[in-house]
Amino acid sequence: MSENLNIFVGLAMGLNLVALGSSRLTSVIRAAAVQGVLLGVLPLLMEEFHWMILVVAVLTMLVKGGLIPSLLNRAVKSANIDRDLIPLVGYVPSLLLGATGTLAAVAVAQRLPLLPAHAHTLLVPGALASVFTGLVLLIGRVKAITQVCGYLILENGIYLFGLLLLHSTPLIVEGGILLDLTVAVFIIGIIVDRIRTEFDTLDTHKLNMLRE
Amino acid sequence: MRELLLVILPLAAAGVAAAWPDDRTRPLLLPVTGVAHAALSLWLLIAAPGAALTPWFGYDPLARAVLPAVSLLFLACAVYGVPYLRLRGERPNRVFVSLFLAMLGLMSLAHQALHLGVLWISVEAVTLSTVPLIHFNNTARAYEATWKYLLVGGTGIALSLLGSFALGYASLHGGGEGDLTFTALIAQGAALSRPWVLTAWVLVLVGYGTKMGLAPMHTWKPDAYGEAPGIVGAMLAGGVTTVAFTAILRVRAVVDAAGQGAVTHRTMLALGLFSVLVAALFMLATRDFKRLLAYSSIEHMGILSLGAALGGAGLWAALFHVWNNTMTKGALFLTAGNIRRAAGARTVDEVRGMAWLTPRSAMLFVIGLFAVTACPPFGPFFSELGIVRATVAGGHGVVAALLLFCLLLAFCGMTRLVFAVVDGRPRAGTRKGLDRMRERAALLVSPMALLLISMGLGLFTPRTLQHCWQEAVQQVGGEVPPAPTTSADIAGATATDPVTPPPPVLATTHSSKPRS
Repeated sequence: MSENLNIFVGLAMGLNLVALGSSRLTSVIRAAAVQGVLLGVLPLLMEEFHWMILVVAVLTMLVKGGLIPSLLNRAVKSANIDRDLIPLVGYVPSLLLGATGTLAAVAVAQRLPLLPAHAHTLLVPGALASVFTGLVLLIGRVKAITQVCGYLILENGIYLFGLLLLHSTPLIVEGGILLDLTVAVFIIGIIVDRIRTEFDTLDTHKLNMLRE
Repeated sequence: MRELLLVILPLAAAGVAAAWPDDRTRPLLLPVTGVAHAALSLWLLIAAPGAALTPWFGYDPLARAVLPAVSLLFLACAVYGVPYLRLRGERPNRVFVSLFLAMLGLMSLAHQALHLGVLWISVEAVTLSTVPLIHFNNTARAYEATWKYLLVGGTGIALSLLGSFALGYASLHGGGEGDLTFTALIAQGAALSRPWVLTAWVLVLVGYGTKMGLAPMHTWKPDAYGEAPGIVGAMLAGGVTTVAFTAILRVRAVVDAAGQGAVTHRTMLALGLFSVLVAALFMLATRDFKRLLAYSSIEHMGILSLGAALGGAGLWAALFHVWNNTMTKGALFLTAGNIRRAAGARTVDEVRGMAWLTPRSAMLFVIGLFAVTACPPFGPFFSELGIVRATVAGGHGVVAALLLFCLLLAFCGMTRLVFAVVDGRPRAGTRKGLDRMRERAALLVSPMALLLISMGLGLFTPRTLQHCWQEAVQQVGGEVPPAPTTSADIAGATATDPVTPPPPVLATTHSSKPRS
């Protein structure tokens, strides 16, 4: 059981590196979407079947794997860009950072006290690594859409961590879906702004009027 | 039941507003709801309800000590909102009015949340409901500010969820059964797993601290407050920040109960002092009077954090300061909105001589300046004095000295900018703007009322409120409650005998010993 779980979490951790290393927006979006679907399967692997667990799983897959990526792809189309060309942190340094972060996550997770049921899973390292990856993307990329993908991966990490509480309080884990609402607002913001104005690029470097 | 109405009423009104067909009459829903909500919360303030309705939700002493202030601020903003939205007749207001009402309901929910998950969900919902409000002006600058607000605030809110999960896991690891109400978590006390509690505290403090606007997580604040309409800025600075503050206080009570009081004390003290310092330095540099108010808000959040860090009398003064901050910030943002509309600009390079053009708003702005920089007899003087006294009594003489120095810097920064805007000869260009905006009484009543409340709080600090704050301190601040001190006592002691030894009740309660 925990072996299957670890395979899925391990795959999700690999997708973090894919997202860090690729410059094409669509591949970053795809990485985040596949990660979302993988995470959606996890509750079914972890717990005995219960309708509450099924709701968490289905909602997660639908929102993280379907709704949000399709909205993001729409935003990409309306913005008419396909690459984040000049990131603040380059792709190779990002990858190296991500790899170091993943190793550090595994090391840190071993020092934290865990319940016997979670001791041999990759849940905590996976969560920490995803949160770290998300933050690197948020800070190191300049295109709004890549930043949203970063937020999405950050959020996936938090969801992974929340799975530790799935057995005791499934409701609070479901509440985390509200974070996806934030993502949706982000993307709607991008699309609405595309309709409202005609910027050439969707570059957050251009959002620099407000400063001291 | 009454406490539930505080949430349901504004949310229902928001629904009505969304369905209301007419743009011209829709804003009237704001004062109607505002009056009902304020009446309810004042009634609850005077006659506190019994036990909490459910373990998840209830009007506990902390909610009682803070929520009525937010309610009064909303009423003032709602009264201001009617003429304001009439002036802005060119913008459709369906989204604005309904979300403004929804925000009130969600804030009432967040203040009364007694469960880690409910608290997080309501704070997240408040954040989302404010996004379109900041974007109301629909300019490129407003878009940029909204983007930053979402990005920074969204990351903060995500980290606070991670922190909440960590606290949940601390409870689970300590043998808890997944009951995440604050009462249950506090009851678990020292059984909570120490590394997880500390992880949770850092994440929650960073997360909710971002919402509160503590430095260095404050970067969204000047932009959002600067670009949002004055009425939204008032609610953000006086309402939403208090939600984050009480959230931090609630989590802190759990961390203290787990025996980590020394850590919470030190981190909140450091963050508070750093915020005050950063804000004071930026206030000396900025040229935009709406951004100035944002920095002032960061400063006051720092003061709140500092006061709360001290526990006991410091926390009591911090709760007092929540009220003062809410009233004065409300008044300043609303008058700043008036001045900005009349002048058509926001920087000292473009705006001068507003005392000629909008004499009443300018006068209120100057009075507000003195209120917010803690000049007697306004409330902030007494609450800040209380915090300084608690700092000294807690043996943090250096902190008190630094705080006073920063307050002086802030005073210099604020007066420099405010008088530059108010004094002098009006620029030729600004005169034209005057025809667009006459000073209407309706736009002056609200800030004036807020300033009067602020002065009233300073002069007569009602007994009921003092007892409320005391009960709240007992609930979240530690074992030793301070005796009710009236502001007159504080003032008297200072005026007659500046070296009065601090009363014994000022002993701080941030002890690191675990509570049984």
